[in-house]
Amino acid sequence: MARKKETDVTHVLSTKTAIGKEDKRFYFAVNLILGLLVITVLFPIINVLACSFSSGDAIVSGKVLLWPVEVTLENYKAVFKEQDILTGYVNTIFYTVVGTTINIVMTLLAAYPLSRRNLAGKNGIMMLFAFTMLFNGGLIPNYLLMKSLHILNTRWVMVLPGAIAVYNMVICRTFFATSLPEELWEAAQVDGCTDFKYFLKVALPLSKAVIAVIGLYYAVAHWNAYFNAFLYLNKSSLYPLQIVLKEILISNTVDPNTILDADSASSLNLVEGLKYACILVACVPVWCIYPFIQKYFVQGVMIGAIKG
Amino acid sequence: MGKEGKTKKKKKLSAMIKSNWQLYLMLLLPIIYLLVFCYYPMFGLQIAFKKYSPKTGIWGGDFVGLFYFKRFFESYKFTQILKNTLIVSGYQVLASVPIPIILALAINCVRNKVWKKSVQLLSYMPHFISTVVMVSILVQIFSPRNGIFAVIAGLFGKSIGDIFGSTKAFSHLYVWSGVWQNMGWASIIYLAALAGVPPEHHEAAIMDGATRFQRVRYIDFPTLIPTISILLIMNMGRVMSLGFEKIYLMQNDLNIAASEVIATYTYKIGMTGNADYSYSTAIGLFNSVVNLLLVIVSNKISKKLSGSGLF
Repeated sequence: MARKKETDVTHVLSTKTAIGKEDKRFYFAVNLILGLLVITVLFPIINVLACSFSSGDAIVSGKVLLWPVEVTLENYKAVFKEQDILTGYVNTIFYTVVGTTINIVMTLLAAYPLSRRNLAGKNGIMMLFAFTMLFNGGLIPNYLLMKSLHILNTRWVMVLPGAIAVYNMVICRTFFATSLPEELWEAAQVDGCTDFKYFLKVALPLSKAVIAVIGLYYAVAHWNAYFNAFLYLNKSSLYPLQIVLKEILISNTVDPNTILDADSASSLNLVEGLKYACILVACVPVWCIYPFIQKYFVQGVMIGAIKG
Repeated sequence: MGKEGKTKKKKKLSAMIKSNWQLYLMLLLPIIYLLVFCYYPMFGLQIAFKKYSPKTGIWGGDFVGLFYFKRFFESYKFTQILKNTLIVSGYQVLASVPIPIILALAINCVRNKVWKKSVQLLSYMPHFISTVVMVSILVQIFSPRNGIFAVIAGLFGKSIGDIFGSTKAFSHLYVWSGVWQNMGWASIIYLAALAGVPPEHHEAAIMDGATRFQRVRYIDFPTLIPTISILLIMNMGRVMSLGFEKIYLMQNDLNIAASEVIATYTYKIGMTGNADYSYSTAIGLFNSVVNLLLVIVSNKISKKLSGSGLF
């Protein structure tokens, strides 16, 4: 009997160490996969970073991989000499700030009433919103609308269309409905609080988190948008950064005069470097704030997912 | 009785509207926005059935019935464009499924908190790159002269050729750059589902001597199956709604045979050259209607199979 117990124990022990070994291998594989994925994500970004600090000659002769060659700041200097890029930057900041403000106000105005349990006609209005996610007028009818509103080629066309993203509105509505208890409103009502007052003094202060989430979504969307500008603007003084980047990077239309010194070959090479620097200049603002706010972004996905 | 009930209800309703007038006032602006910017353009769709002229606007013009639709179906470009749209977006739907799942399962296994957080932080990062910048990065790194892949190939004495100008490479480039950009972000929803696995399941499995891999295989993965199937069905519904932005930026004269899709064709017909508003609207409307049907059908399927859908 005693002997049998002993063998049992050794048996258990031996399988335990075997599991440990197998698990070790598994964890190694997991970390390997993640490591590879991280490398795939970083590889192009680091390459762009390295090129942006390298001389145009080194880039064109194919010397740059993941580390800058012939380190220089010329590319960045050239970027900030391009008047178009500076104008684009200022315009984008304007569109982002004004656009996001309009977005947040409109979204909250829609989301709060629709989150109230007993509002007559609520479902009908919700349907009205939801249907726009499935079907829309399309390119030309939208263009004709902007034309007849006389907002083509004005700043309005960058901030008014898309004032409410239905998905973000649903996130807000879900947040209001789940985190503001109905009893709170009833208690406030007994004390003579009106809807406006309750919305401004109670609901909004309690919803800072969700306002931050949707504000960030909207702001990033404005920063990155090019479609509306591409369709509705043809005055270069109104162009946002993304359109300027598109011209320089994809359509290859740099006015060499602005960066030309004398030597045409090296300034053509400088254009290559300039492109890499442009990419980073456009991304850096978002990436700088991104680590601090990523938890809010993720929260947004979660709130959205609950609704499904 | 019935009538009385009705009037009572009506009274109740009007009283409610009265007591909630501030809420309706708040809704006023959003509803005006909705009617002007979302619903009014839907009336504009009627020009798909008319010969549009700028003088008469969307309400005037001669009625031509399905003329423009027929013209599109009979045009020699129709099959090509439809094929391209379905290939690129079908490929995208399928290719974008597995990697976020693997990523989520792997991240869920990591025990070192710092490593876990950094993997998440880095993998979400490309999601915030704009379309213009994303395509620019592609153009740069695949440049046949000095892009990084050309440089690496050069080290082995080979050349990669013009990937951006190749019709064969187009769909791969489009789809896999999309996977690169969105895999981290798409994994969030799976990670959320994995966070809901009751720890008792894992504890019991450990007691039974399951390895970590077996626990992933038999506990974690099955948890994800409902989420996977819903997302897959939903994505199937969006097969025809391939976005315009990225594909238009990736187009050039060399790859146009593979990269012309309905969205870009609509733009070219309607906004460039001899802009033909009615024809372009008809193509767009055809696309939207097919799309709407697909979404509704896939939603029905999803509801039947998994009990939950989008609406």
